[in-house]
Amino acid sequence: MTVNNIWVVAEPANGTFTTTSLELLSHARTLATNVSAITWGSGATLAAQAGEYGATTLYDVGDLAGALPGVPVAAAIAALVESTAPDAILIPTSYDGRDIAGRLSARLDRPVLTNVTGLYDEGGLVTEHPIFGGTETVKAHFTGAGPGIIVVRAKSFTAEASGGGAASVVAAPVGDTGATGTATIATSHVEERTGPKLEEAAVVVSGGRGLGEASQYALIEETAKLLHGAAGASRAIVDAGWVPYSHQVGQTGKTVKPTVYIACGISGATQHMVGMKGSKNIVAINKDPDAPIFQIADFGVVGDVHKVLPALIEALKAHG
Amino acid sequence: MNVVVCVKQIPDPAAPQSLDAAHNLDRSGKLILDEADTYGVEMALQLVDKAGSGEVTVVSMGSSSDVAGLRNALAMGAAKAVIVSDDALRGTDALGTAKVLAAVIRRESPDLVLAATESSDGYTGTTPVQLAELLGLPSITFAKSVTIDGTKVKVDRQTESGYDEVTAPLPCVVTVTAGVVEPRYASFKGIMAAKSKPLEVLSVADLGVGDAVGPAGARQEITDVVAAESRQAGEKYVDDGDGAQKIVAFLESIKVL
Repeated sequence: MTVNNIWVVAEPANGTFTTTSLELLSHARTLATNVSAITWGSGATLAAQAGEYGATTLYDVGDLAGALPGVPVAAAIAALVESTAPDAILIPTSYDGRDIAGRLSARLDRPVLTNVTGLYDEGGLVTEHPIFGGTETVKAHFTGAGPGIIVVRAKSFTAEASGGGAASVVAAPVGDTGATGTATIATSHVEERTGPKLEEAAVVVSGGRGLGEASQYALIEETAKLLHGAAGASRAIVDAGWVPYSHQVGQTGKTVKPTVYIACGISGATQHMVGMKGSKNIVAINKDPDAPIFQIADFGVVGDVHKVLPALIEALKAHG
Repeated sequence: MNVVVCVKQIPDPAAPQSLDAAHNLDRSGKLILDEADTYGVEMALQLVDKAGSGEVTVVSMGSSSDVAGLRNALAMGAAKAVIVSDDALRGTDALGTAKVLAAVIRRESPDLVLAATESSDGYTGTTPVQLAELLGLPSITFAKSVTIDGTKVKVDRQTESGYDEVTAPLPCVVTVTAGVVEPRYASFKGIMAAKSKPLEVLSVADLGVGDAVGPAGARQEITDVVAAESRQAGEKYVDDGDGAQKIVAFLESIKVL
């Protein structure tokens, strides 16, 4: 089977498509003859960017009037599939992406493969998924008729502009979604952060439970600042409310691949490792010599973060 | 206020995990209540308590006849449990799981359905939303707080940049993060009481969802499992006061400093 048509859900954010959306468009272009993007809200104004990254058509779901995107976007895609079904629909791993995938799967009665980090054409699309904290890789494919729904993790592919002309914009009506579409956003709260973005920083310093208490996260922030990097966190301390969710690295958080990742008081749960294992270098500080994080660290210090970090901060200040 | 909480019994994540010959997660050992589900159970208990009436029902499915995890949820305070337990469920995918859960939940007609954002073993992360679509209900995922306001549910939902205040009319499906509430430990009294609480065991045939389950219902195949390129553990140094200097030296060696 040749892969002819791939659709990519392209999420708009702050006047651009998200990086993961662009990664998916770029990769789709290498697999399929025709690539189309599906977007909503401000995404309709991004026909030039959609084309630049390889889409020839940009389906516009339109203004969602405050509704969470999952239901209306999936309904619009399902309606499009009725007239022309693609071989696969690629969706970024994100809050709204996962909602869209779940809704679409049930609407089309087609299965979904999530946490995908690789996608190949081997006489049909084959997906790759890391399991057991990334120690093993599962290869899978869909069976039966109809498009496969594939939810891809950030940084699985490289975003590369192809220089294509603007995509043609085609309206994709939502239709009636009944009670399902009634969840609406009343207010959005943005938690500001300073310094480089977590996903783009060359240095990421992350803290975990080993910090002991919320106030100790200041050590992470200061170390990150001195290294011109970003401060990250394990799920444990985000869930505990010590730091905002936007700092979370891991399975349900951000995927980072910096030049160096410094894990402080993080034991290395599977769900964390998946988000940072691709880092070029990994430094770990943990008082437990048997912490799993040491198995993947290029340089490990078995020690108390409350002693090592203040000393590191002084050393970095002295270093200038 | 009647709340259904979807829960999963999983192999202990602290124990080594492996796949069986059919590429399914080995679930032959003792199963426990997924820790991620304890937040939903606690949230449900608190919401029912606040409403002053109603009850919490935990709903689950799996190929094992184990019910210890469900007893745990009952010991926390849930009123009853329903599990679809059937060997035919082995190899069922997320959508098939949602179909089985939907068949059970339709009989309960709850005001609210809670679930974790994803299970700790398979972490597909789509089942609750697939379930909502099958039930014809709205859904709000990644809740960091849940309150009931009359006939509406109000949720603070995590976003990439902060959080959104989202509302939906009841009934609704809500997935909760581990930050939503602090789960209680089951008391001795709770553990004793759980032994006599209703625990209904159903089969796939009871629900008429045979086509949706197992490898045939999943319509996806694992073709291969290979060892991933592994990272080698590097130097490990026990700090005796100069750990920070060693880190600085390492950062210099990779030209970050």
